[in-house]
Amino acid sequence: MSETITIDGKEIPFKAGQTIIEAATAAGVYIPHLCHKPGYKPHGSCKLCTVNVNGRRCSACTFPAATGQAILNKTQELEDNRRKITQMLFVEGNHFCPSCEKTGNCQLQGVAYYLAMKDNHFPHFFANRELDASHPDLLIDHNRCIFCNLCVRASQEKDGKNVFAISGRGINKRLIINSKTGLLKDSDIEVNDCAVQVCPTGAILEKRKGYSTPIGQRIYDTQQIDQVSLTQETVYE
Amino acid sequence: MKEFIQKQFEKNHLQSVKLLSILREIQAEFHFISKDAIEILANLLKIERTQIISVVEFYHFLSLEFRGKYEIFLSDSITDHMLDKQSLANYFAKKLGVKLGQLRGDGLVSLDNTACTGMCDQGPAGLINGYAITQLSKPRIDEIVSLIEQQVPVEDWSKEIFKVADNICKTDLLLTEEISQGSALQNTFKQGLTETLAEINLSGLRGRGGAGFNTAMKWQFCSQEKETARYVVCNADEGEPGTFKDRVLLNQYAHQVFEGMTLCAAIIGAKAGFLYLRAEYLHLYSKLEAILANRRDNNLLGKNILKQGVDFDIEIRLGAGAYICGEESALIESLEGKAGIPRNRPPYPVVEGYLNKPTVVNNVETFLAAAKIALIGGQAFANLGTKQSTGTKILSISGDCEHRGIYEYPFGTTINTILNNCGAKDVLGIQIGGPSGTFISNQEFDRVIGFEDLATGGSFIIFNQQRNILDSVRNFTDFFVDESCGFCTPCRVGTSLLKKQLDKIVDGHGSAGDIVALEEICQLVKNYSHCGLGQTAANPILTTLQRYPEVYQKQLKAISYEPGFDLNASLAPARKLANRDDAGAYLAQVED
Repeated sequence: MSETITIDGKEIPFKAGQTIIEAATAAGVYIPHLCHKPGYKPHGSCKLCTVNVNGRRCSACTFPAATGQAILNKTQELEDNRRKITQMLFVEGNHFCPSCEKTGNCQLQGVAYYLAMKDNHFPHFFANRELDASHPDLLIDHNRCIFCNLCVRASQEKDGKNVFAISGRGINKRLIINSKTGLLKDSDIEVNDCAVQVCPTGAILEKRKGYSTPIGQRIYDTQQIDQVSLTQETVYE
Repeated sequence: MKEFIQKQFEKNHLQSVKLLSILREIQAEFHFISKDAIEILANLLKIERTQIISVVEFYHFLSLEFRGKYEIFLSDSITDHMLDKQSLANYFAKKLGVKLGQLRGDGLVSLDNTACTGMCDQGPAGLINGYAITQLSKPRIDEIVSLIEQQVPVEDWSKEIFKVADNICKTDLLLTEEISQGSALQNTFKQGLTETLAEINLSGLRGRGGAGFNTAMKWQFCSQEKETARYVVCNADEGEPGTFKDRVLLNQYAHQVFEGMTLCAAIIGAKAGFLYLRAEYLHLYSKLEAILANRRDNNLLGKNILKQGVDFDIEIRLGAGAYICGEESALIESLEGKAGIPRNRPPYPVVEGYLNKPTVVNNVETFLAAAKIALIGGQAFANLGTKQSTGTKILSISGDCEHRGIYEYPFGTTINTILNNCGAKDVLGIQIGGPSGTFISNQEFDRVIGFEDLATGGSFIIFNQQRNILDSVRNFTDFFVDESCGFCTPCRVGTSLLKKQLDKIVDGHGSAGDIVALEEICQLVKNYSHCGLGQTAANPILTTLQRYPEVYQKQLKAISYEPGFDLNASLAPARKLANRDDAGAYLAQVED
């Protein structure tokens, strides 16, 4: 008999070494997340996947599953606060979905839809962020970066490079590029790198591809992110 | 420059874990970390330039831009403000001819704020090229400005300018007398390591940094790990505004602190240890190095300590300005030469700490107490204090009282007793445990110091009736904005949202729903943040809102909705562009 945890009362098996989110995903239970991606080293920074484990709040993407855990996931309180955390990400950067090339394919937007976010709730920061369009095939719009660290990890773990890093402190955090000039064109990034494809928002974009799929026919235009996530991310069997 | 960096690189044994130390040297020599320096260093250490940039940008005292031959930082703690810091800062800026936060045009001097420098009993304080200055006054500022204008090297300035007092006002078990060198170690070896750990367990000693984890248990967990390469780390990064006791302990009782670390090492089986010293205490560095050398000479450190077959040595690593590095896993990251971002847990440092090896991290005062316990036994320590909080606590008392300084009390002492001793009158309230702690009002002075009531790392700031609570709440909230590492969303964004919302209310733009909105952000930051910094960042607001709701209410406008900005003022650029100044070009904030 394998060991189990319960999530919202449902019994779920787990294997030794699995995190809560891994066990949940394998069992078809969606826990909202942005900085987590299966197959990548857990990061635990966005805090969307916060669940309640035996009365204590933990990040499901970093906390190991263990026997006896009674986990709360889809409660009103957690969903309300996840929505507020998502709203924090929206006001921190400059996210204008209607004019963004990534609209419909953006996970930040997908999570916002899922959590029924209707407005930004908090005052906007109107951060002064830059655009790096120096690369012939790629573009970075820092306005849309949510510091999920996925491109940093993708470049290191998957591409065997080290193109990105998160620098700065506090609200002045910024994504930096590993090149003498600090510009993307002088780095060794390539279009097909995982670091390009992994961006959950429209911060890293491939040029001349923005509208190849019409708006209205894109991923989250037609499906909820929980369904997309569970079909794409169930890779643990 | 290349030669200088090469030299530092060799001095630091070619290790990338020494990145922070090397960067500190470069900053001290050139007053910034240039692009060229980054390239040279990246090549030498074989690390990415991005790693270096992210470290430089993380720490307050490292800079990518030139900061001038004289880098001046003024401590921005509330205690400095209570001693008239703002007007002295303005005077300083005027005399130097530079704006706060800027480098002077000729590149000679820069003036900026920094978080509490740990001199709250002798402020207003600051740092000049890393060295502490205290008791700033107009004559002192005149003297400093004149030395700078004549470009006298800081090494040649009068020692008087850098004088730091200890101000020990009340002693008890630990401070009355330092143990004689080596006596605790001798006793440890005489009675046995297991027996000494049992004594520490009997003493009930809990971590003095504030969290209060059982010390014996921590040491035992670490000693039971399979991995045998283990480390002892002394956390001397006391950054909590209002605390300065570790500075005094390291100035007067360093032998005993190092002795505590050494006996910990013997018990857990560690060969190497670190004293992580906050950058603000640079003035203690050479003195502490000399004490370590002396201990090596006396066979109290190094190979085969006291001929008992124990090898252990201690290295001092300086921080570079980051409150978050007082958090133990962030401190470990910093020791490894990285930005101080708290790690995910589990694993805990006792399992995977420095270089992912089992590591005990304890506060300066904890090691001091452990050495005493090894000498006098656990029971003698446990006889003091209360059942849940045994022994004594060393407090750093500042603010509105006659005698600011260091006080040692058995746990369980009432606030009233403490206030009487330090000569505090007409008290409004006290910030206990610093911004991350609790504000108590003058209705609560029968409460006691202890983990079961008022837990504290030692900060004790007294406010009298003339003080405005909202001034301190604002100062503390700004502090957390500056010190958030930015790793997790709730703290990175939430601390700034707290500031915006608090400023809105205090500046008189708040209306009916705004206090509820403030509380909502507080709960989010408190409950969802990654580490203790975020989890306590809302405490200044929450603890005062609970006690003085009327103070906040009074700031609100008596209308149901008040915009967060000044509509009419926002139209000024439009009026200028349109070249209009007629009545129609002005709008009322709220329609009648």
